[in-house]
Amino acid sequence: MRRPVHVLLAFLTWQATPALAALDAKAVGQLASEDSEEKIAAIRQLVQGGDPTAQRVLQALGDDGLQLSGGKVVIVDGERVFDAVTGEELKPGLEGGEGISINNRVRRELTAALAALRLFDPDRGARLTAAQELTAGADLAMAPLLARALESEADGQIRQLLVLAHAQASLKAPDAATRLAAVRALRASGNPGVRGLLAALLDERAEPDARVRTEARASIATIEHRMAIGEIVGRVFSGLSLGSILLLAALGLAITYGVMGVINMAHGELLMVGAYSTFAVQTLFGRYLPRALDWYVVAAVPVAFVAAALVGIVIERTVIRFLYGRPLETLLATWGLSLVLIQSARTLFGAQNVGVANPSWMSGGIQVMANAVLPWNRIAIIAFSLGVLALVWLTMSHTRLGLFVRAVTQNRAMAGCVGVPTGRVDTLAFAVGAGLAGLGGVALSQIANVGPDMGQSYIVDSFMVVVLGGVGQLAGAALAALGLGVAAKFLEGLAGAVIAKIAVLAFIIIFIQKRPQGLFALKGRFLED
Amino acid sequence: MDDTPRTPGISRLLGVLPGTGRSALAAFGLVAFVLLPGLHLFTSGKSPLHVSDYVITVGGKVMCYAIVAVAMDLAWGYGGILSLGHGLFFALGGYAFGMYLMRSIGRDGVYQSDLPDFMVFLDWKELPWYWRGSDHVLWALALVVLVPVAIAFAFGFFAFRSRIKGVYFSIITQALTYAAMLLFFRNETGFGGNNGFTDFKRILGFPITAPATRVALFMLTAATLAAALLIGRSLVTSKFGRVLAAIRDAESRAMFLGYDPLWYKLFVWTFSAVLTAVAGALFVPQVGIINPSEMSPASSIEIAIWVAVGGRGTLVGAVVGAVLVNLAKSWFTMAFPEFWLFFLGLLFIVVTLLLPEGVVGLWRRLLRGRAPA
Repeated sequence: MRRPVHVLLAFLTWQATPALAALDAKAVGQLASEDSEEKIAAIRQLVQGGDPTAQRVLQALGDDGLQLSGGKVVIVDGERVFDAVTGEELKPGLEGGEGISINNRVRRELTAALAALRLFDPDRGARLTAAQELTAGADLAMAPLLARALESEADGQIRQLLVLAHAQASLKAPDAATRLAAVRALRASGNPGVRGLLAALLDERAEPDARVRTEARASIATIEHRMAIGEIVGRVFSGLSLGSILLLAALGLAITYGVMGVINMAHGELLMVGAYSTFAVQTLFGRYLPRALDWYVVAAVPVAFVAAALVGIVIERTVIRFLYGRPLETLLATWGLSLVLIQSARTLFGAQNVGVANPSWMSGGIQVMANAVLPWNRIAIIAFSLGVLALVWLTMSHTRLGLFVRAVTQNRAMAGCVGVPTGRVDTLAFAVGAGLAGLGGVALSQIANVGPDMGQSYIVDSFMVVVLGGVGQLAGAALAALGLGVAAKFLEGLAGAVIAKIAVLAFIIIFIQKRPQGLFALKGRFLED
Repeated sequence: MDDTPRTPGISRLLGVLPGTGRSALAAFGLVAFVLLPGLHLFTSGKSPLHVSDYVITVGGKVMCYAIVAVAMDLAWGYGGILSLGHGLFFALGGYAFGMYLMRSIGRDGVYQSDLPDFMVFLDWKELPWYWRGSDHVLWALALVVLVPVAIAFAFGFFAFRSRIKGVYFSIITQALTYAAMLLFFRNETGFGGNNGFTDFKRILGFPITAPATRVALFMLTAATLAAALLIGRSLVTSKFGRVLAAIRDAESRAMFLGYDPLWYKLFVWTFSAVLTAVAGALFVPQVGIINPSEMSPASSIEIAIWVAVGGRGTLVGAVVGAVLVNLAKSWFTMAFPEFWLFFLGLLFIVVTLLLPEGVVGLWRRLLRGRAPA
């Protein structure tokens, strides 16, 4: 507990040294007063100045480092002693100082005051915590300081908090006009906290002025409307990001199942291979290229693709090749493969989840509304999966391999007759499908836990996407994945995550009854068997 | 069956068995009804001939699994319907009977309440409506049959009517059991959430862990298994079984010949579900716990491998497979827990690649003097 405080003090000292502006000596002296009221008044006065040196004094007061020595208020920092007013070091040290103690009421005031001062800290994180502390309860006396902080603040998230804190402070103003202005100012915010604040004003006892009450009601309506929109935006967005993960998982499946009719139950484990490759690349970067650590994800993309594709080729050559035309046996054998892969991951990397960190450029997000933040990692995943979709589409429609793959999908025997090497197409298509799962693993590692069992939870979902979208249909898979993702997130808001999942599964089961061929079916006249 | 003379009841059932089958059944009866129970109840714990609690419990458990395997084999081996959701029916049977067992704990639970402990824990004041009547054993037994019938019939009717088959059907059954598992994991569903039902005290008034109760349950399970085999055998050798096999091998052709596949498949599917549920109901009092993990897709797909190992399309193969795999599982999870998944995974691969007819198929080939493939 002491150490961080010392570090902070040292940092503050270093900061304050160049501009050794002396504080108001009277106010500093008043800090040593016996009376709590006097102390609070002194703290408020010191904060008003917005002087960084005041922070040091107040911090010391909070840490019991402020003493009264010979009628002079001094800061004691270990062995060294500083004059509280000027900030200069005193030599010779300390003689019989008397500690200045504070009670809880003063301490509360002190916490708010320190937070207010930290609003001018150059570090964004410090300002953010300070603003968060202030929204918990800002005093009228701080309103001017908050207004000043608002003027200089550029960060959107902190500004939101400051607006809230400022309005909260101004709402305590004795003057009805100021309160009215504050209520109006709050209308622009979409913050859920503000709504609660305004709702308290609707009571006649809390707010005597009728105009302010009416205005508060109007502001609440506006804010609620905006919050509702923000919530919908948030839902759609998280639904899209869930959908894009499903899309990445299902794209590979759509190819393997579509082309070869192979149900690959180990597909989820190929996702896992991709995610562990990401982890391995991250570890390697951490060891050999720590400076480029932020870009390990970029390097992980091809590595994961190749790793998963290689595993896919091995699977195809050793197991699946012998089971063509026997889908149920393929299902069982690939399930066995998935068990082997899970246990291999457990043996190699341990049963615990491994830590894959977001690179710093992926943390944070865009604040589109007060209650809707779009995190960068999810934006990156959506963009990534759309990019992969585009690439797959291009490959399928504009390359020779794609042509062969489509030919084999439509009529394997005929394609073989006109010279398409169907065996090699199978292997390649399977490798591509596996590689796509690996890419899904990279994306997944950025938002979910990476562990041996991670693939299991996606396999049912990704099959649902393929079934819903129609076998072998890229457009169907894309639409089904995004639609399922958004629907799941909306239902989640209505009924909770589990019920949402059950509802989606039930919907698919019913949907399949109506349209067994999925959303998009290949047109043709053929009879199974 | 057409040429079988009209003889009543059990002898007609036995009539479907070949001679070796009848002697095997007699041997099984001798072991399950006389030898093991006798050695368990009437020898002292120190005697080398003594059969321990463990053997009786594991034996009962494995026989429950064998019943499930027979049910699975009827649907998959003879009907061509690979269900990846039989765990659901197993668990439903278990839960239905578990409700009765929970209610017969009475006030002996941790909270000494009339309600099951987990309900007290959730601060529920009365039983939910679907628990009504669960303190009557007959109602519980009716539920064991009726709930799976209702679900299997409704699901199967719509699925088979839309001609959903093969892998599609398997995937959807998997989704079904997965959804049910999520539902049962919720505390609010009213079936004990994660923990399910456990800590049973008595069954029909008898203490549930007493040796005599255990042996009774063991013998009941053995009888059910034998009955399942006999009924299954008569089913598959009947005209119904022939049509079913025809539908399995060429559904369109069977249809063109005038058979409606819907009812054949629906019957075998529903029957299989009920048989599985009965096994689940026998499983719960012997093992002493039922929880939603029985519905996980992984445990359902494991059932398929029992049948595949034994040899699908032969009822005795299903039993052999269930026994072999589960004994292997018991041994592995005790001796080399970390290798069990490797073994199980490789079993899936090796059996499908090299032993498409399972152990029984291999045995038959060896008997015929031909080298196995």
